[in-house]
Amino acid sequence: MKIEINNGRLIDPKHGVDRRGSLYIAAGKIAAVGEAPSGWHAKRVIDAAGLVVCPGLIDVAARLREPGFEYKATLESEMEAAVAGGVTSLACPPDTDPPLDEPGLVEMLKHRARSLNLAHVYPIGALTVGLKGETITEMGELAEAGCIAFSHADAALADTQVLLRALQYAATFGYRVWLRPQDAYLAKGGVAHDGEVATRLGLAAIPACAETIALDTIFALARATGVQVHLGRLSTQEGVARVRDAKKAGLSVTCDVSINHLHLCDIDIGWFNAHCHLVPPLRGTRDRAALRGGLDDGTIDLICSDHTPVDDDAKQLPFAEAEPGATGLELLLPLTLKWAQESNVTLPAALERITISPARILGIDAGQLGVGADADVCVFDPAAYWIVEQKALKSQGKNTPFLGLELPGKVRYTLVSGQVVYET
Amino acid sequence: MRNPQLNDHGQLQHLLTLEGLPAEVIGRILDTAVPFVSIAERDVKKVPLLRGKTVFNLFFENSTRTRTTFEIAAKRLSADVINLNIGVSSTSKGETLLDTIDNLVAMNADMFVVRHGASGAPHLIAQHLSAVNCMHIHVINAGDGRHSHPTQGLLDLFTIRHYKRDFRELSVAIVGDVLHSRVARSLIHGLTTLRTPEVRAIGPQTLLPTAVETLGVRVFHDMRKGLANCDVVVMLRLQSERMKGSLLPSAGEFFKHYGLTVDKLALAKPDAIVMHPGPMNRGVEIDSAVADGEHSVILPQVTFGIAVRMAVMSILAGN
Repeated sequence: MKIEINNGRLIDPKHGVDRRGSLYIAAGKIAAVGEAPSGWHAKRVIDAAGLVVCPGLIDVAARLREPGFEYKATLESEMEAAVAGGVTSLACPPDTDPPLDEPGLVEMLKHRARSLNLAHVYPIGALTVGLKGETITEMGELAEAGCIAFSHADAALADTQVLLRALQYAATFGYRVWLRPQDAYLAKGGVAHDGEVATRLGLAAIPACAETIALDTIFALARATGVQVHLGRLSTQEGVARVRDAKKAGLSVTCDVSINHLHLCDIDIGWFNAHCHLVPPLRGTRDRAALRGGLDDGTIDLICSDHTPVDDDAKQLPFAEAEPGATGLELLLPLTLKWAQESNVTLPAALERITISPARILGIDAGQLGVGADADVCVFDPAAYWIVEQKALKSQGKNTPFLGLELPGKVRYTLVSGQVVYET
Repeated sequence: MRNPQLNDHGQLQHLLTLEGLPAEVIGRILDTAVPFVSIAERDVKKVPLLRGKTVFNLFFENSTRTRTTFEIAAKRLSADVINLNIGVSSTSKGETLLDTIDNLVAMNADMFVVRHGASGAPHLIAQHLSAVNCMHIHVINAGDGRHSHPTQGLLDLFTIRHYKRDFRELSVAIVGDVLHSRVARSLIHGLTTLRTPEVRAIGPQTLLPTAVETLGVRVFHDMRKGLANCDVVVMLRLQSERMKGSLLPSAGEFFKHYGLTVDKLALAKPDAIVMHPGPMNRGVEIDSAVADGEHSVILPQVTFGIAVRMAVMSILAGN
């Protein structure tokens, strides 16, 4: 179907485009930008006056909860949430039940996702069988089934010998490995940042050095193996400094920060708000400032939602017993815009962190509006504010620390492969 | 954020923590407790202040002593008291904490006395009660995780005031496992609110929480220096499981460095008092000669504890 999106503010960070104009879509691809192709006749015309037209957003960390946790969320509910948030491609971590450690599971997930015909789903395979940290998985088979990288999600991988071998094996075949830097022993039992707030509230704590020690280990192993590492969910000031130094020293490493850590800190826990029970824990205000600084100077490559839908019952518990995580797919854009406003970052620079940057980390050809590219497009109103409420969220998980907050950015249309999959 | 334990008129709605509790509220509880001490000395140890009210003791964590003192306090106020040891009943059947609360609300409870192993559990209950429009039910925190044990903190304050009068001239030393101690946290908040100029925390690094000085205490690792010239020494209980992990090498070595002996106590002021929340580990944190000695006010603490809990319940009930 031929679609024409008119009069919008076209922003394509990859090509440095930021101007008023029209976008022409045919056969699922971008047919033209600015000028209509000759003999053009659109089947549908979308008026985007006052709206931003940008590549569909890409999220590198979105838990869809299938298989195994369908009572928390289903593929249907979370894919609806994705496109409602303007997200057209997402990578899902392997911490399902069972974990994504077998090709059959990956194929099933891809098949289910494809049949829904909403966002593109890119599974991340488990680095070890059952995420137990003992035996490495059949990465070749998993890659063939569709895994674009391998990770250990939030499961502990304490045995550095296993980690070294997993990285060596992945490096042999050129697979990317995504790791969340956290020392398993130092994090044991902890639920909050080791600081004043945890001390006041009497919560078991995770020190900042749990992150830095893990980073030092990962850097040493990455140098030894030459593996391409992506670091997920940086959380501390010291961690940002470590990554900055490693990049300066020429190590090929990338990293992300979640929308939660970009905006919140441990003080937000207040009187035990279980929505603020997150992994890694929310750190101090200095850490948050450092994360923003790291995002500003390119130390941190991109922003992710770290989408983790949790059912109500699992959150209606005392802080430490409540299941960690927050829903995020529908907040990725608004919270990125909020960060941009607060940090005086231009709209194109902000969108770069949730379009072309994550596309590069995923190694996929998406996150751009070049002619011939897949027509994955997000059309949003940057001036529309909305209040985060449970009923406003499509995700089955209504768990977010941002409930009640007014945020900028309302998605009006989401197109995946040239089809309108969401509009409001 | 509104103080979760005060109602719209600034009156005590729940007792969840001493943090953020105004000095006047603390003062009122302590003052109210004074006449209750003498009730225990009467032939008829009962007043009708809570007649017709039902108090549920909800103990998700075992405790004989605290539960008993709450039970006595409620009964002396003429309340009906129901004891539930939930650690061994509902939750093992899969009922959630808030399911349990909803059921007890349906039984027309007036007050919940809650002990729970997780920090913040009483806050969650209080929040839930307000969400389901049950603001007439009051929650008393009887100890949650490492967070807070406000009635213990209040009885400690009552004891200190009884023997020492003016908080504004005191130096109080708290010794031992501050990291895991809800008693220490509560007392620190109470003392700083009542303008005690010096509160000291004494212990090894492994048993002091990060940034503990931000609570308003001076940190000492050397017990002898920490006890110098202080008016009050509060010894904390050392749970036996702390000695099994990597926090401490042995009970013996702990006692050598941080056990209170006659010899170390001599460094404090000559009229210093010694307190302990109980139950004591003799020979681990405190020597028998001190526990039973003339400076010890450990047993009066228990007596005052009942009066203070009566005062809290009475004030919450609107008296």
